[in-house]
Amino acid sequence: MVKAVSKDFIWELLEKIPDPEIPAVSIVDLGITREVIFKDDQIHITITPTYSGCPAISFMKKEIVRSLEQNGINNYQIHTTLSPPWTTDWMSDEVKAKLSDAGIAPPGKLVHCPQCDTKNVEVISEFGSTACKALYKCNDCQEPFHHFKQF
Amino acid sequence: MRDTILFKYVLSLGDDALISAQRLAQWAYKAPFLEEDIALSNISLDLFGRANFLLEYAAELKGENTTADDLAFKRDERKFTNLLMCEHPNGNFADTIVCRFFLDAYDKLFFYTLSKSRDKQLASIAAKAIKETTYHYRHSSNWVIRLGDGTEGSHRKVQEAINNLWTFTGEFFKMTQTDIVMMKKKVGVDRKALKIEWDKTINDVCKEATLRIPENSFMTTGGREGIHTEHLGHLLSDMQYLQRAYPDATW
Repeated sequence: MVKAVSKDFIWELLEKIPDPEIPAVSIVDLGITREVIFKDDQIHITITPTYSGCPAISFMKKEIVRSLEQNGINNYQIHTTLSPPWTTDWMSDEVKAKLSDAGIAPPGKLVHCPQCDTKNVEVISEFGSTACKALYKCNDCQEPFHHFKQF
Repeated sequence: MRDTILFKYVLSLGDDALISAQRLAQWAYKAPFLEEDIALSNISLDLFGRANFLLEYAAELKGENTTADDLAFKRDERKFTNLLMCEHPNGNFADTIVCRFFLDAYDKLFFYTLSKSRDKQLASIAAKAIKETTYHYRHSSNWVIRLGDGTEGSHRKVQEAINNLWTFTGEFFKMTQTDIVMMKKKVGVDRKALKIEWDKTINDVCKEATLRIPENSFMTTGGREGIHTEHLGHLLSDMQYLQRAYPDATW
């Protein structure tokens, strides 16, 4: 069954899907959803993986399918593209602020402590609990925190 | 099959990533400390992801409803064409770091050239790989410097690793028939041409790390022809066990 929906509605649905590993931001915020196109009664949604080995990508795909079908949309196709490769440059300032509020230092050349905003920080490990994050420590407030790596 | 040579080419690149990933994953929960355990597992995941892209493409080229999983789990040792370095056992931490350092330095150069391939699919996989490999290279080269310029014990171990693994580096730059055909079509990489830059990188890092590079010795080759060291079979027996025991089992 083909249901008449607008592109904006699809984007609204996608914006409600949180990143499974960083629920403070949505998959649209992170730039994972690249395109929504209507063609021949089909809704084509294109997504791109963050890191090649990101285990969350198949989960995100399932969440998109679940969200569409819950809203009675069955005429969709989900495509994956690698080009252009995903980059943190696609993140808006608004999204970076969301990360910061969630205690994750956003991507950028200068890393600030998300708690006290100092630049007096040090790297503990270049690899954190997920591929996209590094582990830091604040030398002022002594809190450990994650940094979303510039990529 | 649409293009046998291209299939063989993509498959060999997929095998490099898959076997490297499986090998590195064997460090999970065994690394010297927690941060490094996570680092090695994350690098392994990136390589599994790369293997997946390449093997899916190879499966598509092969046709006949082949899947990436068929290629990973249902081929015998002699059908794998990864570079021998990828299958080398992890050994101690210095052995793994040196193995990754040699491969990361090579991957950086290889994927940079491959990103200009006439084959759009390969070019986009390569562009994705460069970004990750740059990070992996930083990790492995920093460790080579820290260990080499570290204590007497760490220096000795990393030097031994270089001496033992050097024999597998010659294969990085040995062109096969498939390589030559792919290079002429501007799809593949002239691997021989990467050697000068690779040597320079290795020399610079080793100098900083106060390590010696062995005199050019005998080079062990054969991976691209399916002639492997005794280690690959053991790795596959573990990796393929489930699909061999319970064919087509799914989650």
